[in-house]
Amino acid sequence: MSNAVIRIENLTKRYGLVTALDDISLEVERGTIFGLLGPNGAGKTTAVKILTTLARPDGGKIEVIGTDILKDPVRVRSLIGYVPQELTVDPYLTVQEHLRYYADLYHLSAVGKDSRIREVLGLVGLAGYENRRARYLSGGTKKKIDLACGLIHRPPLLFLDEPSLGLDVQARRDVWSYILRLKEQGTTSFLCTNYMDEAERLCDIVAIIEHGRIAVIGSPAQLRSQLKRDVISIEIASADEHQRKELEVLEKAVSQLRIVQGTVKNGTQLKVYVESNEIALPQILQSAASLSIPIRTITYSRPGLDEVFLHYTGHPFADERKIDA
Amino acid sequence: MLEFAQETKAQLVRWMIHLRREPFNMAFNLLNPVILLIFMGGAFQGLAQDSVGGDYRAYLLPGVLALTVFGNSMAGGIPLLFDKENGFLLRLMSAPITRVSILVSRFLAININTSLQCLIILGLGFIFGIRIATGVGGVLTLMVIGLLLGFGVTVISLILAFILENHGDFFAILGISALPLSFLSSAFVPVDSLPVWMRLIAWVNPMTYTIDAMRSLILSGWHGSLLAQMAVALVLFDGAMLWFGAKVLRRHLA
Ligand SMILES: Nc1ncnc2c1ncn2[C@@H]1O[C@H](COP(=O)(O)OP(=O)(O)OP(=O)(O)O)[C@@H](O)[C@H]1O
Ligand SMILES: [Mg+2]
Repeated sequence: MSNAVIRIENLTKRYGLVTALDDISLEVERGTIFGLLGPNGAGKTTAVKILTTLARPDGGKIEVIGTDILKDPVRVRSLIGYVPQELTVDPYLTVQEHLRYYADLYHLSAVGKDSRIREVLGLVGLAGYENRRARYLSGGTKKKIDLACGLIHRPPLLFLDEPSLGLDVQARRDVWSYILRLKEQGTTSFLCTNYMDEAERLCDIVAIIEHGRIAVIGSPAQLRSQLKRDVISIEIASADEHQRKELEVLEKAVSQLRIVQGTVKNGTQLKVYVESNEIALPQILQSAASLSIPIRTITYSRPGLDEVFLHYTGHPFADERKIDA
Repeated sequence: MLEFAQETKAQLVRWMIHLRREPFNMAFNLLNPVILLIFMGGAFQGLAQDSVGGDYRAYLLPGVLALTVFGNSMAGGIPLLFDKENGFLLRLMSAPITRVSILVSRFLAININTSLQCLIILGLGFIFGIRIATGVGGVLTLMVIGLLLGFGVTVISLILAFILENHGDFFAILGISALPLSFLSSAFVPVDSLPVWMRLIAWVNPMTYTIDAMRSLILSGWHGSLLAQMAVALVLFDGAMLWFGAKVLRRHLA
């Protein structure tokens, strides 16, 4: 038996004329955190809805924990936890009442129910909140209720659709640490995210999805090393109007260099993709000097997932999000 | 079976918590029937004396009860529609529950709520001097009749909750359905005093049979034929709604 808890073969889903998922195939291994990373409208939520039996695929074969999702959806439901993208707390219920509700929907027996609820509340840092009504809690705390409800029945496989959407820095870190703790306990997570840093921090394997198609799959380290290139970021020091023109001039000059593979302008910043920092840096500095463009900062780094995204889709991640939003 | 009971009870408990923590909602729902009973009953007492005879408030009581049952049952699907709109329902459906438990729990919650409201109205009637001719047995029978009417209307409401896309449409339907149906029945005046075309509609309106049976229990006594007519009309109505509802809802709750 293979170690895959999710096996997707040629999954396709259409909404009218929109092809939300286009011939997707992938596997998720037991005990790992798998990330579906993509901009708004890429098809992440659609994929999760199909895997959680809430939407029907138009084509393909899907197995979740060894069960065909179309043949035995009820078994699939009993084995998975699902935390949707939007908050689903009920403002009238207290924290404790939420957990009792889901405990009963997952048919937990009366014995040990309360201790399990206490355990889950402890895990997501909600101990002491038992009798607070959801209506009066902050967004971050509500998200933790949602998370706790998805864990109540100890699911071996957890679906998290953008778990840190709209949370502040501290709450995001908290949520991340719960997800990592679950992994230590052996839970497999299937995570959708919009955030590069979230994918880098949490995921063992990342699939970059765009327009319903998987652009590339691999571990963050693999994806980065495949690029075989470094990034140099340049900021120039001059007044606003000048800045734009000078940045353009610099971009043109730099892209003539043989060692430069590509450039992207992002506000006041110019990103230059090169084969090797060591060789490129002096050359870039020299062309700036010969054009007498004053450079404020120049930094270089190994590529992140946003560069991976750019490489495989041909355009930057941030731009795509702006267009769709 | 045990699992079905567990998941249905959990959902019913949630609805009861809503009812308890939202007392103004129930008070607001009771406003219309109370206004009808107290003010309309009082205002038309003199005018109605000749046509209906006796206390007009007592005459109105069955109509007010039926209207409460109708309005409440009809509105009963709205919380499900809200659940659908904000994603709560979808999350619920990701749990390994029998889909029917969603309907059954909501159904029970609606009818518990309706029965409570009917009891409050009967209590109010008592304060205004209305005595039920058939006594405690009559009160119980009134509640059962209310449930029989409520059953079919609740099914209509559950259907609307699943086929409508947003709650605005639901409120619109709600707003225009109750009043005409009451006027096209024996709620406010005897059917015989209605114009012919309205009388025709009143004859196929299950509210008419509900109200006639209730009125006999409140004003005069046990009338077998009226009760039998009511039972046939409401069982037919409930059966038809259930058949239709099962057809529609099966598609929406796959
Ligand atoms: N119920 C639906 N009916 C019609 N079109 C839909 C439906 N759900 C999704 N879509 C379309 O399918 C595409 C993918 O949507 P999806 O919600 O899966 O994206 P996403 O990756 O989750 O985006 P986001 O980051 O904004 O949550 C979009 O073009 C969307 O408009
Ligand atoms: Mg989404």
